[in-house]
Amino acid sequence: MSEITESNAEVLGHAHEEHAHRDDVGAKMGMWIFLLTELLLFTGLFLVYAVYRYYYTKEFHEAGMQTHILFGTVNTMVLLTSSLTMVLSIAAIQRGKKWLSATFLSSTILLGLAFLIIKYVEWSEEIAKGIYPGSPTLLAKSNGEVLFFGLYYTMTGLHAIHVIAGMTILIFMLVFILRNKITKDNYTKLENAGLYWHLVDIIWIFLFPLFYLIN
Amino acid sequence: MADVTIAAGKSPHSHSPDGEYHSYLENTGKHRGILAWILSTDHKRIGILYLISIFTFFAVGVVLGFLMRLEMLVPGPAGKIFNAQEYNALFTLHGVIMVFLFVIPGIPATLGNFFLPIQIGAKDVAFPRLNLLSWYLYITGAIVIMMSMFWHGLPDTGWTFYVPYSIRTGTDVTMAVFGVFILGFSSILTGLNFLTTIHRLRAPGMSFFRMPLFVWALYATAWIQVIATPVLAITLLLIVIERVFSVGIFNPTLGGDPVLYQHLFWIYSHPAVYIMILPPMGVVSEIVTTFSHRSVFGYKMIAMSSLAIAFIGYLVWGHHMFVAGETQTAQFVFSLLTFLVAIPSGIKVFNWVATMYKGSIDPQPPFLFLMAFIILFAIGGLTGLVLGSLATDVHLTGTYFVVGHFHYIIFGGAVFIFFGALHYWLPKMFGRMYGKKTANWALGILFVGFNMLYFPMLLLGYEGMPRRYFAYLPKYETLQHISMVGSWVLVIGLIIMFVNLIHGIFRGEKCGPNPWGGTTLEWTIPSPPPLENFEEIPIVTNEPYYHPEAEPIKAEPIPVAK
Repeated sequence: MSEITESNAEVLGHAHEEHAHRDDVGAKMGMWIFLLTELLLFTGLFLVYAVYRYYYTKEFHEAGMQTHILFGTVNTMVLLTSSLTMVLSIAAIQRGKKWLSATFLSSTILLGLAFLIIKYVEWSEEIAKGIYPGSPTLLAKSNGEVLFFGLYYTMTGLHAIHVIAGMTILIFMLVFILRNKITKDNYTKLENAGLYWHLVDIIWIFLFPLFYLIN
Repeated sequence: MADVTIAAGKSPHSHSPDGEYHSYLENTGKHRGILAWILSTDHKRIGILYLISIFTFFAVGVVLGFLMRLEMLVPGPAGKIFNAQEYNALFTLHGVIMVFLFVIPGIPATLGNFFLPIQIGAKDVAFPRLNLLSWYLYITGAIVIMMSMFWHGLPDTGWTFYVPYSIRTGTDVTMAVFGVFILGFSSILTGLNFLTTIHRLRAPGMSFFRMPLFVWALYATAWIQVIATPVLAITLLLIVIERVFSVGIFNPTLGGDPVLYQHLFWIYSHPAVYIMILPPMGVVSEIVTTFSHRSVFGYKMIAMSSLAIAFIGYLVWGHHMFVAGETQTAQFVFSLLTFLVAIPSGIKVFNWVATMYKGSIDPQPPFLFLMAFIILFAIGGLTGLVLGSLATDVHLTGTYFVVGHFHYIIFGGAVFIFFGALHYWLPKMFGRMYGKKTANWALGILFVGFNMLYFPMLLLGYEGMPRRYFAYLPKYETLQHISMVGSWVLVIGLIIMFVNLIHGIFRGEKCGPNPWGGTTLEWTIPSPPPLENFEEIPIVTNEPYYHPEAEPIKAEPIPVAK
């Protein structure tokens, strides 16, 4: 507690220096609370999925066979690897290796991009088959299958938006590293961005079995 | 490690050597005029930005509500001012504005923003820029909702956006729902900011159990905001997705389940009721101790009951759906849990009353608002029990009784205390006192108008008048007219109150740092508060409500069995 008064005195002593004081623990706490809200956002969708899987067990089973397990698996590996490079990027900056950190961060961003491209190809294939919300092919199927694909597009779509948001944040972080705003002694921003990226990853880990594996 | 977050770009020297100080109302930064306000990251200025914007929307909501009452002049359907479609839009907009733009941000965003950091001895919130962003998100959400007026026509679904109607109607539900989605972000970020502030920025010695009870209430509220709002966000997003892409999730023709929407909606919107009522309960704890001049009775119990209400409040959403095809087991469980919320609420009320016992009560305007609150809130609470009971709910659900109950709780409870809190804290915020006699008159008129307006609704509902109908049977005419006249009285009271408060802000007598004899930290600094609240961060050594002059209550020793 005495630290607070000391740092306060320090602030008063450097009145002319206009800089924001850091609270790394506070920043991380804020990030974790934010992640909690993101998790709850998806929880609503998982709840909807659980309810309809219970209502339409057979139809969900049949629809689950029609998704591309290959695309799903490759994308899972891509995202897991991106989480690894994310961790390595933080580990590198902690050791003061700016360029190594920037390289790992760039690979994370590129892997995110690869994920989106694969997702795009996968969706294109589904749409080419005539399976998209409101399409005649889909509406001809049973209600359970309509709901499965409705959820499939909604949940993977919302996840893809989160991937894009995560990549945007990471691009900012890359700029910060290159401009020495993120350094060996001040890397909480990068850690927080990493936490967000891992969240995006974890949500995919749950989406993958729900739409590709369980059938 | 540095523990104090201070917004960049401000001089830490609030006080100049000759004892004069710069209040937060003076422009010391690089911006002038309105820019000095809408670009300021000072929590006090942001609080006032919220205050202005929130009460602007309150005024709009009041006008809409007033028009709805005026519509009841004749039974109709002939000779009405608005047709049925326009009336549907009126009550939808009234509900959306009052719930999402006024009561939910309400006290936390305005007075919470202003006083939370001061009450815990901090210079600002943990994330000042995020705080300003929350306000911008609030304004953006509000503008998006307002845009729905000029697009495809006003939404006509009611503020609950129930499916399947909300996905079928041709009116612009998409825009309104998306606006509420943005407001949700604002609410989440405010909650996140407050939680981090309370955990990280308390002054030395300010342990959790030395925090003022208003801070405790904001703490419980912030948790609800953070945990419940995302569920609403995804639910509303699903409505947008449903309307734009028709994926079928809530659409029964495609196998979706409309009742699932109701579950998801109330999983947020019932806790939201506690977002509305917990902060006022915190204010009550402040007012009751200040004007009784004695330490609050059962401090820890009041603090913990806020958390208990927040927790139990999560598990009662099903009581909104007793007639929506719930199983009997679910009905019993939800009804029981609903009654359980009465326990922590009761703890609060008994502790407030016990605080007054042997106190030296000073019936200033804020205290009188509190008295009005207790009566109105009691009526609201008791009618709530009637609705929480299964048998009576089946008869009363969807009638004026629900509307009356809801307004007794939210308007009579939360908003009356919001007004009381303004009377309590505005002298601190601006250093000037309003006319106390006028304030008392305004309260009297408000109280009479309020009961004239809403008590007949309870009777009308009991007799079977359904809510949201633009016409009614001739047998309801007398009560409808009393209610309508009540709305006129209420509006007169509101006008007197606001004119008096605004006049007080600009022209009132200077009132000094502590006009009420309050004991929490905000009363130890000058009025209006200095730019950075405290010249030196205070060191807290005692409980928040220490009144040395109060006569201690001697407890009878409890005989211990040996």
